[in-house]
Amino acid sequence: MNTGDLGQNVERRSPAQPLRRRIGIDVGGTNTDAVLLDGERVVAAVKTPTTADVTGGVTRALSELLAVAPEASRVSAAMIGTTHFTNAVVQRRGLTRVAAVRIGLPASASLPPFVDWPDDLAALVRGEVVMLEGGHEYDGRPIVPFDTAGMRTAARRFRQTGVSSVAVASVFSPLDPSCEEQAAAVLADECPDAAVTLSHRLGRIGLLERENVTLLNACLRDLAGRTARAFTDALRASGIDAPLYLTQNDGTVMLAEVAEAYPVYSFASGPTNSMRGAAFLSRLADALVVDVGGTTTDVGALRHGFPREANNVVEVGGVRTLFRMPDLLSLGLGGGSLVTLDPLTIGPVSVGYRLTTESRVFGGATLTATDVGVAAGLLDLGDRRRVADLPAAQVDRALAKIRATLEEAVDRVKTEAGDVPLIVVGGGAFLVPERLAGVSSVVGVEHQAVANAVGAAIAQVSGEVDQIFQALPREEAIARGRTIAEDRAVTAGAARATLRTVEVEDLPIAYLPGNSLRVRVRVVGEIADGRP
Amino acid sequence: MAPLRDVSAAEIESLAIGAWILGTGGGGSPYLALLNMRRLYRDGVVVRLMDPMDLADDDLVAIVSNMGAPLVGQERLTDPRTIERAVRMMEEYLDRRFTAVMSLEIGGGNSIQPFMAAAMLGLPVVDGDCMGRAFPEAQMTSFAIHDLPMYPLTLADVRDNAVIVARAQSWKWMERLSRTACVAVGSIAGTCKAPRTGKEVKECGILYTTTKAMRLGQAVQAARREHRDPVQAVIDTERGLRLFTGKVQDVARRATEGFLRGTAALEGLDADRGHTFSLAFQNEFAVGWLDGAPRVTTPDLICVLDTVSGDAIGTETLRYGQRVTVVALPAAPILLTPKGLEHVGPRAFGYDLDFHSVFA
Repeated sequence: MNTGDLGQNVERRSPAQPLRRRIGIDVGGTNTDAVLLDGERVVAAVKTPTTADVTGGVTRALSELLAVAPEASRVSAAMIGTTHFTNAVVQRRGLTRVAAVRIGLPASASLPPFVDWPDDLAALVRGEVVMLEGGHEYDGRPIVPFDTAGMRTAARRFRQTGVSSVAVASVFSPLDPSCEEQAAAVLADECPDAAVTLSHRLGRIGLLERENVTLLNACLRDLAGRTARAFTDALRASGIDAPLYLTQNDGTVMLAEVAEAYPVYSFASGPTNSMRGAAFLSRLADALVVDVGGTTTDVGALRHGFPREANNVVEVGGVRTLFRMPDLLSLGLGGGSLVTLDPLTIGPVSVGYRLTTESRVFGGATLTATDVGVAAGLLDLGDRRRVADLPAAQVDRALAKIRATLEEAVDRVKTEAGDVPLIVVGGGAFLVPERLAGVSSVVGVEHQAVANAVGAAIAQVSGEVDQIFQALPREEAIARGRTIAEDRAVTAGAARATLRTVEVEDLPIAYLPGNSLRVRVRVVGEIADGRP
Repeated sequence: MAPLRDVSAAEIESLAIGAWILGTGGGGSPYLALLNMRRLYRDGVVVRLMDPMDLADDDLVAIVSNMGAPLVGQERLTDPRTIERAVRMMEEYLDRRFTAVMSLEIGGGNSIQPFMAAAMLGLPVVDGDCMGRAFPEAQMTSFAIHDLPMYPLTLADVRDNAVIVARAQSWKWMERLSRTACVAVGSIAGTCKAPRTGKEVKECGILYTTTKAMRLGQAVQAARREHRDPVQAVIDTERGLRLFTGKVQDVARRATEGFLRGTAALEGLDADRGHTFSLAFQNEFAVGWLDGAPRVTTPDLICVLDTVSGDAIGTETLRYGQRVTVVALPAAPILLTPKGLEHVGPRAFGYDLDFHSVFA
């Protein structure tokens, strides 16, 4: 797809004006999309299939983008968003088995790690569960001394049994991380090849939810490392030396080499980008958004141009977590969803990136939602003769089931009884009927198939501080925290004038002398124009 | 005497939702206690509910609660063996057996503590409590307002620490002694309060609050299912009052003497745009000011609900940016008497304000 009067804007600029060009890439389960943005204008957009090695798809998307818009080689930044990690959890695929270390006995004994996890996910991820004495009181005293001998014994066993990823969560580690740090030191000593995720790096007060985030992060570390390296290789191989960022759950970006240790931070970045892209492209600030990808469909609500955020606990693949996430409903439905007609089933398994080889219209043997769409005349793709044998009544039944699934999802996300507009984006948009119960109008947008790549390209940079301040009045401690966060954001590439505070949190720490306060501040701003 | 009624797992789920709303920001989220109950029910436990009027006058009832700061509970979690240990120790101390267990406070996680104790001890739970909500201190109960004796008290922690407060000169002293022990073991402990006779429960308890919390939870669940406004469902079910709808602008907390104290500032949205609302809390929400003037005070129940989902929001989970609605619910009549207000009115929390019920 080529959408642009390439190059003209660039030539119009005076040399004093900074470059505002950015590449946004979205790697979905099925398609890899890339866009070139110049200011607020989509200069070029391409859509290519995701490949098994990920790199191939990104490389191909970039080379197609460079072919239609050569100036894409000179950009300020490249941002990649991906649903890769969410899909892995939702589909229970590519996950590493995790050894869980809980430090806190004799507290917390009746509710061990994985306690509220769905059985099927726990069966895949739950490795050895070790509960050790240790952890801290709210005032900084140890609950009981940390059982380092027990940790060492467990770590040796991990090495023998070939554990590759360990999640460590200690009671009150956000206030005192020393037990987790000691555990990490023992693990580095005894099983140096295992990836270690510490809960205090990821989460907040609330042991089970923080531990759940830690376990999910741990089960994705291997996948995340491979994925981030593949992205970087693809960018460099395409001759683009701009900094690479991965987009995060809240629509901001993080340098790729940092992001790979924290895949949960990128967890909902795909849908977030898609919704921000939908708002950007439709100029609608308040609406529902349905993003139909190849594997999953996400339904969410836009308020003032941003995804409505879940207030507290967010379930990911059925697991309770506590960190900033958009309030979304995810369905295992997409253009690549496997379909059987008798008996009728649709998804949640998808052929994903293999759509163009395995689906019927592309000569394969697998019936997918795309094949059903082609048979019904909703889109023209591949060889429609290859689905001519499908009985019309069964095709209609499949479409009716998809409609019912979408209507129920819209109804669940809606917060008011009245009809609301629904913006449709994503490569599988053809599956959304023009009329749906509960929807005032189904709104299509230009570049809808690449809305998520657009959302990635417009992502902002954030800066964060999480630090203990002593002997300062609360307001002054927060103000200092904010200054540090702003400086960090600027260092990370944000334009200072555009910074705004998105999160302020302070926790008093009673056991330290001199009125100690732990301050968390997070600010976001636009990426500064000009190459770093 | 009517037969005891089995409580279903679904009713415990509803209880958790309703009790969290009645917690008025405190009492700790019932989630962890609920998880323990799910595990116990999966293992075949069924807890029975008892109508308080079926208690014989000389029956002995264990009044149980998990004591401490909600923030601590989120980290240390809750274990049924702790509350069981406190009740067993009281039986040993008295050399008498309990007929049933009852909640100290129906608001928050303590609504489910008696179910955890009951599951471990094989006893029924009495339908009622002695607050009708959640409060931060021991003397803030209907039993204290009725001048019933406040001792003995047993307290147990997750380690092998246990304390019996054999006597206390006053409720304030009981609070001071038990709170000191609680802080010493990490600001979280299982407690069995002064045992009550059947007669005392019937005459001085706040009755049928367990089933009230279940109904409140069921109303919220039904509203969500039918896409009605869950906040309105809360208001309709309990004849409450919508006080303010807005966005959290600032939260200041400090943990002192085992309490979570602080303030929150809200900025108005929708019909309340241009107005501000501020809240003060000591574990629970105690006072609310509209544009700087006192609007609502304890003992009226001050509930802060997620504007969309109707979920209660605790003082420890309030966060910048949340969209919330402040709702007042009526308090139990005993709390509104002059004697009641001495125990739980605004002055009991250090605010030099007269109590004017928003329902008056």
